[in-house]
Amino acid sequence: MDQLLINSGFPILSVLIFLPLAGALLLVFVKSEQLCRYLTLVVTSFVALLSLRLITGFDITTAKFQFVEQHSWIDAFNINYIIGVDGISILLILLTTLIMPLCVLASWSYIKTRVQTFMACLLIMETAMIGVFVALDLVLFYVLWEAMLIPMYLLIGIWGGPRKIYASIKFFLYTLAGSILLLVGIIWLYVTNNYSFFIPDMMWQNYPVTSQIYLFLAFFLAFAIKVPMFPFHTWLPAAHVEAPTAGSVILASILLKMGTYGFLRFALPITPEATIILMPYVLWLSIAGIIYGGFTALAQSDMKKLIAYSSVGHMGFVTLGIFVLNIKGIEGAILQMVNHGITTGALFLCVGMIYERTHSRELRSATGVGKYMPIYITFLAFFSLSSFGFPGTNSFVGEFMIIAGAFEFDTVLNRFPYLALASIPGAVLAAAYMLRMLQKIIWGGTNNPDQSWITDINSREIAVLAPFLFFVLWIGLGPQPFIDLMHASVSQLLQQFDDHKAQSIAAAGSLFQ
Amino acid sequence: MLFLPELTLLGVGLVFFFLSLGEPSRAKVKYFAVTLSALVVLVTLICIKSEGELFYQAYRIDFFSQLFKFFIALATFIVLVFSDQLVSVKEKVQAEYYLFLFTAVLGLMMLVSSVELLAIFVSLELSSFAVYIMVPMRNSVNNGGRQVEAGVKYLLFGVMATGFMLFGMSYLFGLTGSTQLFVIADKLNLTYAQPAAVVAIVLVLVGFFYKLALFPLHFWVPDVYEGAANETTAFIAAVPKLAAVALLIRVVTLINAEAEVIVNILVVCSLLSMFYGNLSALVQKDAKRLLGFSGIAHAGFILVGLLTLESTGYATAMYYIIGYVFMNLACFLVICTVSEKGRNVAIEDFTGLHKRAPLLAITLTVGLFALAGIPPFVGFSGKFLLLLGAFKQGHVLLVVLAALNTAIAIYYYLSIVRVTFCTDSENRGTIVSSRKSNILSILLIVIIIVMGVIPSKFIELTTTAVQAVM
Repeated sequence: MDQLLINSGFPILSVLIFLPLAGALLLVFVKSEQLCRYLTLVVTSFVALLSLRLITGFDITTAKFQFVEQHSWIDAFNINYIIGVDGISILLILLTTLIMPLCVLASWSYIKTRVQTFMACLLIMETAMIGVFVALDLVLFYVLWEAMLIPMYLLIGIWGGPRKIYASIKFFLYTLAGSILLLVGIIWLYVTNNYSFFIPDMMWQNYPVTSQIYLFLAFFLAFAIKVPMFPFHTWLPAAHVEAPTAGSVILASILLKMGTYGFLRFALPITPEATIILMPYVLWLSIAGIIYGGFTALAQSDMKKLIAYSSVGHMGFVTLGIFVLNIKGIEGAILQMVNHGITTGALFLCVGMIYERTHSRELRSATGVGKYMPIYITFLAFFSLSSFGFPGTNSFVGEFMIIAGAFEFDTVLNRFPYLALASIPGAVLAAAYMLRMLQKIIWGGTNNPDQSWITDINSREIAVLAPFLFFVLWIGLGPQPFIDLMHASVSQLLQQFDDHKAQSIAAAGSLFQ
Repeated sequence: MLFLPELTLLGVGLVFFFLSLGEPSRAKVKYFAVTLSALVVLVTLICIKSEGELFYQAYRIDFFSQLFKFFIALATFIVLVFSDQLVSVKEKVQAEYYLFLFTAVLGLMMLVSSVELLAIFVSLELSSFAVYIMVPMRNSVNNGGRQVEAGVKYLLFGVMATGFMLFGMSYLFGLTGSTQLFVIADKLNLTYAQPAAVVAIVLVLVGFFYKLALFPLHFWVPDVYEGAANETTAFIAAVPKLAAVALLIRVVTLINAEAEVIVNILVVCSLLSMFYGNLSALVQKDAKRLLGFSGIAHAGFILVGLLTLESTGYATAMYYIIGYVFMNLACFLVICTVSEKGRNVAIEDFTGLHKRAPLLAITLTVGLFALAGIPPFVGFSGKFLLLLGAFKQGHVLLVVLAALNTAIAIYYYLSIVRVTFCTDSENRGTIVSSRKSNILSILLIVIIIVMGVIPSKFIELTTTAVQAVM
């Protein structure tokens, strides 16, 4: 228990978790649709404001878990309610809490039917998502991880596009099937670890290498599907395309991060030897994802699909950063998780705004709106530049750090920088598909459809996009405070990793030659 | 006082016997049935702490049996509350229907207290025969006489299973010279090397496998579920299974750890049950049939707890069956309410339910997701704890395959949810559910969630109960 800093004061994390749930219950009694919207906005905004207290109270010098709360839950099986925050999770929690009110605002006029249910789903999602990032008990983690599927399924299945049924069922089945073996892995850990589900207790144990490999594969399947990594990504375009705007934003900004968060929180510390042995494969899968995502995005005519495939590429960068296993790579990966959340979330909102006007996601029906929507395309331009990592925007910092990490990885192995070079085409492709989209939307060509009737975004929509732009520029120009938040935890993770590394570096080396 | 719940049921049965002599109206019979079953729940609750032995130690009243009696009574009460007016049963035999229903409940309550082979046999037959008669009492207008086919199938399979069980019991008596379970347990420990002992135990288990609808004794399930009236199916799907699990726990305690053969047989039965149930459910169109196959799969899951041969496993199995009864009843509540004039409900009939009856749609969704084992509902915590116990005992392959089964199962549960929530009503009329069933819906949802979120209280309860048997 020495990894914990017990929080004896205000139980801020529990409040963050349960407040949205309470809000969802309250919605049951609200009859008016407008009141539902306002209530949800108030609850999510309050949670967002409250979560800022995490920053002011966060001690960046320690890698311990902070704001920890501990209660017993199921005594007979030693299952506890333990939650806490460290440098790896704090940014993701803030990302979640800050994006939710914007999702509510973005759905203000888009969702017209069954508003009450929609808002309740959003609030339940928020509870589950925050819970997944703070859970320090494996059962608690798993419960919330799975419970999230239901509201997300409903978000896609009820308010989705024409192929919503296919997309929602595919999403549910894929994710559930992936995490089933995770459950078996959890049970294995429990029995091996003297009947404990406490996550920090499971880290850095010397499990037999074969068991570690099985365990890593169980983790990998669950998390790689969620990320999604290259061969497991097929649910993502379907789900993204059919989901309503808020659903797409939540999926892209937060749900995908859970996979990469899982790698950092579980795979690395619990199965270090297996990580080193299997790392090469994961790295090359990441490269495959980066390039595959880029090329596929280039060929899309549906804007949402384009951004969905670009997500596959961007998340490939994140997994690349995680598995190069050095400080630059992992810090870059965490920062890139946040960046992707901001940028891609904003891009989905932008597409949603066009969709609300033209009722089409086709790129060709949105061509040439630049003349009539100057404010809109200003935002869009910034987010597109950010998406392909233009210097001065947030993604540049993240991708730069990741590629630097990849170079360092190659240098340590004392070889030509294959890995880093292999990821470069991804960055170029990103520029190609984003600029292509941007060009078409702003100027288009000689046969643009008549767009003169289109109205520019209103003040509510500006209020939705402005915070995203603020963070794009803040992280792009001054990322240090964000990196400071995670530094202690990441360096401790790598420190402890090095202790385990010596044993199996030979094995990894032989695989690489 | 010890025999009070059973005596009350006997009295209730008599009331309906006298009612059946006249020609009472539906509403009157219904009113009697609900009130009296509420009384039975109350009585079982009062007697929950009583302990003792009756009838020359053939009949044991302990916390284990009393807890089961309470849940049997409660499940019956729930079924009676939501089976509105019982339109799907012939008007003429309304009173008789309840007479048999309460006799069946009486048999089941006696069953959970029986600790002697003959007593077990007699109470099992009492409950079974009453249910055999209830099945064909359905109004034949509703489905062209299929209820008779269902009734005959149910009867024939039941009689066959009982035959096997009797044969096994005779072996047990031959090996040990006693019909008392506790005496048998002691003496059997010495003779486990003999194949006869294994055969005897397995044959006795067959009788309860039949009640629980476990592979390979599941053949009656689809036809009986489909052929019987919706309310009867709800009863069959919930109440006898409780008693079956109670008796399985009693019989399984006879096995000691050396009897690896039996454990292996149970593992195989459990896996086949899950795979068979889940794979067959994938293609069903009729809601009751689908739930029947899902019930077969769940029976396999319950066996996962029993085959650990330790008290935690039994306690979780007990927790799971109680949870299962509530989830199942939540689904049947919706089926009975949605059904028009007692007809069978196809999955399509749930189209647009979210608009036609929002509360029912939510109840159905909660019930189905709970059955599928999605947190935070009771189905998840039950499955999780069962798998945990089995893993501890080293059944790794079983755990992995059982987990995979959850993934298969989600598809068919989800396809109902999809119809319920993601389709428009297409001019189907709204469904008016009575105030009683609305309250019951909310209550069931709350129970399913509470049991799932804070299982520790319930596990404590079932652990204490199981300790009474060990």
